[in-house]
Amino acid sequence: MIFLRLIFINVQRHRIRSLISIAGIAFSVAAMLAIVTILQGAIGMFSGILSSDSEIIVFERNVSDLFFSNVPATAVQEISAWPNVRHADAVLFGVVSSADHPIITCFGVTAADARIRNASWLQGNSSNFAQHSDDVVLGERAAEFLSASLNSHVQIGHGTFHVIGIVKTANGFEDGGVFMPLAAAQSFFHKENSSSVITVKLKDKDGADAFKQQVKAKYATLIALEDAEFTRSYSQFKILKATAWAVGGCGLILGGLGVANTMIMSVFTRIREIAILRVNGFSNLQVAGIIFGESALLSIFGALTGLTIGACLLLALKHVPALHGYVDVAIDPAVVLIVILLAFLTGVAGALYPAVYAMRVRAVEALRFE
Amino acid sequence: MSTATATTQRASNTVLLAENVWKSYDADAIRVLNGVDLEIIQGQTVALCGPSGCGKSTLLHLLGGLDEPDRGRVFVNGAELRGRQIPLRLLRHEVGFVFQLHNLIPDLTLRENCLIPTVAAGVDRKTAEARLRQLTERTGLSHRLDQRIQKLSGGERQRTALCRALMNRPRILLADEPTGSLDEQSSAAVFQLLLDLVATEGVTLVMATHDRAMAARCDRLVEMRAGRIHETEHA
Repeated sequence: MIFLRLIFINVQRHRIRSLISIAGIAFSVAAMLAIVTILQGAIGMFSGILSSDSEIIVFERNVSDLFFSNVPATAVQEISAWPNVRHADAVLFGVVSSADHPIITCFGVTAADARIRNASWLQGNSSNFAQHSDDVVLGERAAEFLSASLNSHVQIGHGTFHVIGIVKTANGFEDGGVFMPLAAAQSFFHKENSSSVITVKLKDKDGADAFKQQVKAKYATLIALEDAEFTRSYSQFKILKATAWAVGGCGLILGGLGVANTMIMSVFTRIREIAILRVNGFSNLQVAGIIFGESALLSIFGALTGLTIGACLLLALKHVPALHGYVDVAIDPAVVLIVILLAFLTGVAGALYPAVYAMRVRAVEALRFE
Repeated sequence: MSTATATTQRASNTVLLAENVWKSYDADAIRVLNGVDLEIIQGQTVALCGPSGCGKSTLLHLLGGLDEPDRGRVFVNGAELRGRQIPLRLLRHEVGFVFQLHNLIPDLTLRENCLIPTVAAGVDRKTAEARLRQLTERTGLSHRLDQRIQKLSGGERQRTALCRALMNRPRILLADEPTGSLDEQSSAAVFQLLLDLVATEGVTLVMATHDRAMAARCDRLVEMRAGRIHETEHA
């Protein structure tokens, strides 16, 4: 109890300084939480596009980005005919632009694709999809920013397309995207007789390993991965995640420097007090414990405040119309734990030098300190 | 901590022994102790007298293990103090310190300040509280236990420092001008209390003081000048 009081009193004594430290950690934690959660949400959404009514994705081996993947049309036909496959759908990804909107994701899909079949159609109907090569279906947000409605014509890239439907989807990429008939997309993107990926639904999920081996044996240039496997191994996702953690980590390092500064000041201002403790039998470890305790206290407060700020920020972003569907506020408990742990470790690291300094305080000299 | 168990050739009831102790600061520029020899036996009350800068406080620090001599040896209860590390066992169980400035932690209460040595030594709370009650009743502070130090008078603060020093029942109390910051009346009261406590607790007292009247009430007066002990006088 006395030990805890010795930790708390210094935080109470220097409230403003403590608050600044807590704020440093809090904003770092909030930034890390927000960045990681937004990116994980985006990754989840992108994965969601791929895993729509399917559990395996087949794409070109060793490509850095799915936009560069080329899967021959013959592979789709052959795989569809395999006995363990319920259905296999070719999907072509492309990026197009329109006036004021440099990036619009385009999905080349067949009429049988789950994205078309299962979508919530606000205007038009799925039976009209792929009747003509210039037909497109827009996501709700894409229709908004392209100012398009049913049967209107929109300029996308170098082509003009006829809007035959508007669909609503919870996925930001799909909601802000354009669905084209596969053949039209192949022509538009100059990728005749190929697609970016094949999404596969098996008759028996347990046959996934056998299916992957079958793909490996049959197509040297292709690879089949289960959805979760793909999310884990896709290099773009890895880069995004690493970037998010690195940016957040930099924030935490800055927060940690703030804590280090506070703790150094703390040790300097209570040097006489440390000497009193030494004279009364406190060991080096006990003195260091007080310094680390104060630092840990600041870090934990900072982390909790940061988590609250981060969660509020994510909620606020969710309600920004332009980000609708892109921000997922489902905070992963694992991320929360990692962020708290990192904040704690940052605080402890920030207290290392001050603690060593405090341990070296010579009681006799420090008692003369005014 | 590094305390050897070297046996001295002195009396078996010697609790403090300094043998040819030298101490200087600033690379020998300031010589404070120049070959001090001092033996103190158990239960004595000893006054160290002398002008400011003669080395009284330094000698107390060396006897209590807060500092180490440049040369010479210091024994506490027969064990030699060696090494640069503060000897924890000594400070936790064998020696208590009282300073001119009370050296209490102002944001803590009287109770919390007094319990600090027991926390350091790992004494259980119940035992510590019982000891605290005993000491504060004897020093007339039992009604002030939960007061912050800032709200105590100078005399009360020094009595609190005295209680804290005795919490772990040390056999030796080293007091560096314990009444030096008090007015005459408080000074006399605190000194009387100090003598009473060391008598009833069986503690050996070594006290640095400028006050000749107080020194005269101790069992022994040790006169220091220019870092040396010039004479010892038994009261």
